[in-house]
Amino acid sequence: MKTVFSRPQALTNKPLHYCPGCGHGIIHRLVAEVIDELGIREKTIGTCPVGCAVVANEYFNVDMQQAAHGRSPAVATGIKRVLPDRVVFTYQGDGDLASIGMTEVVHAAARGELITTIFVNNAIYGMTGGQMAPTSLLGQFTTTTPYGRKKELQGSPIRVAEMLATLEGAVYIARMSVHNATHVMRTKRAIKRAFETQLEGKGYSLVEILSTCPTNWGLSPVEATKWLADNMIPYYPLGEIKVAAAVEGIN
Amino acid sequence: MVRKKVLMKGNEAIGEAAIRAGCQAFFGYPITPQSELPEYLARRMPEVDMIFLQAESELAAISMVYGAAGAGARVMTSSSSPGISLKQEGISMLAGADLPAVIVNIMRGGPGIGGIQPSQADYFQATRGGGHGDYRHLVLAPASIQELADLTWEAFALADQYRNPVLILGDGMLGQMMEPVLLPEEPPPLVDKPWATTGAKDREHNEIYTLHMGMEDLEKHNQRLAKKWEQIAREQVRYDKFMLDDAEIVIVAFGIASRVARRAIRMAREVGIKAGLLRPISLWPFPTAAIAEVAKQARAFLVVEMNLGQMIEDVRLATGGLVPVELFSKITIVPNPKEILQSLCSLARRTGCKIDEAAIKEESA
Ligand SMILES: Cc1ncc(C[n+]2csc(CCOP(=O)(O)OP(=O)(O)O)c2C)c(N)n1
Repeated sequence: MKTVFSRPQALTNKPLHYCPGCGHGIIHRLVAEVIDELGIREKTIGTCPVGCAVVANEYFNVDMQQAAHGRSPAVATGIKRVLPDRVVFTYQGDGDLASIGMTEVVHAAARGELITTIFVNNAIYGMTGGQMAPTSLLGQFTTTTPYGRKKELQGSPIRVAEMLATLEGAVYIARMSVHNATHVMRTKRAIKRAFETQLEGKGYSLVEILSTCPTNWGLSPVEATKWLADNMIPYYPLGEIKVAAAVEGIN
Repeated sequence: MVRKKVLMKGNEAIGEAAIRAGCQAFFGYPITPQSELPEYLARRMPEVDMIFLQAESELAAISMVYGAAGAGARVMTSSSSPGISLKQEGISMLAGADLPAVIVNIMRGGPGIGGIQPSQADYFQATRGGGHGDYRHLVLAPASIQELADLTWEAFALADQYRNPVLILGDGMLGQMMEPVLLPEEPPPLVDKPWATTGAKDREHNEIYTLHMGMEDLEKHNQRLAKKWEQIAREQVRYDKFMLDDAEIVIVAFGIASRVARRAIRMAREVGIKAGLLRPISLWPFPTAAIAEVAKQARAFLVVEMNLGQMIEDVRLATGGLVPVELFSKITIVPNPKEILQSLCSLARRTGCKIDEAAIKEESA
């Protein structure tokens, strides 16, 4: 009998606690598959965010550190600077990265830290129960925008990938989505390219991944994937946003 | 080879002692009056193939310290009061995750932006755990450049020994002044760090975390940490005595204030006042038992500190109401020994201590 599907080595066998239809589980798996395929499990160190993925240290079968809310890029910098031959990634939500941790991610990218960021944009604060994120869309209802997000009051959602792409040190920046199988495969390719960018010492890499939060969006898992496609993708264009010349050969 | 003393500024002596203690990485953010320390290390760390990085903020710097400590490195950060407020998030994280690190606070006056004058106003923040949650860490308070160097070296050893952050609490005066110093030569022995996140090769994966979701879990975690801190409290009390044996009035002072207090004690002895000094070197753990012992013979205590009266609370707890405990307080001005002497005279008169009034008259004549 031929095995066609199994758990990646870079995941533990601990059952995930994520809600049905949540994108975190898919994204964990993609990161783990890439780690396996690149043969770097034994030299990879990841950081967990504060957010729904705070216990990712129990899910990834690689060395992990939990960072304070938003500080992952600084924690990862500390790890990478003292262990330059290891592979270091941060895994962060949109509150963690684009709100409280915006300073840390901007400066890690500006320094061209040789780390990779997996940035999960689900347009909401999942863990704390559905408050507005910096990436919540205009008009989006959240528990702290009960009348919908208004430009005059809360400003417009931040396009993190485009913003970071303006920095010299950021050499590979992509935005992908996990709302259907085709895009899941594309996301995996981008994650791989981001890790390869780090392995080749080119600079900072980040993959923003549009993801679903059916529970806090108040939708079923199927409705959530449709909501993402209809509402998030028009505002957050998908694709490789920046591939610096130095990275072009890598694929 | 004969070891020679060198003349160094306090901030730079910390830097050189850290290098000699095997510090592998320094992450910091500029702030007066400690900037000579990062500046010194920016120059020296590359020479010894170690890491210096100017972080974007103190929040980032302490988080870098957390990452590097978790990865098994000997690591340090430094700042001054406002920056230390920002580091509290990370210090609480380090304490919760059992991570060794050395943090230096070269205090200046507050509150708010305050000023750049030396001060000891962060005593509460340092000794009570300025961050959230119930935690403790060693607080070492040097009083000379030599002690700055010695305690920096020891701080690395103690951090590794207990897997806990260690804070060095100096002030702007100590950081800026110059004194001859004998620098350490050999680093403290390296300790095994099998818990460090260095890559899960030939072992289970390591996790550094501070989240304990289960009610029981968090209770147990706190109780385990408490045992460690009780052990530190038993093993690491440090203090120094000066003319204490026959003292009727005991000054308690730390850091730069203790230097002035010594001078005031010498002056007091000349006018017949039997004054002495008990100088806490570890502010946490506090030398409570030693002070309680001294309180059995002394008639009065004078706490000299550069704040509105913070350590005095610990002295009062230690003396348990046995004797009067008074405060000599300056906030951002290094006290003048003559003013301390006046307080000693007044206290001596009011508590029936020996005092040679004729000698005082002669002196003021
Ligand atoms: C310093 C601090 N502030 C606030 C919180 C509360 N908090 C926990 S998770 C979170 C937001 C998480 O949202 P996001 O980063 O979008 O991740 P998600 O849960 O959606 O995956 C907040 C505000 C905290 N734990 N620490």
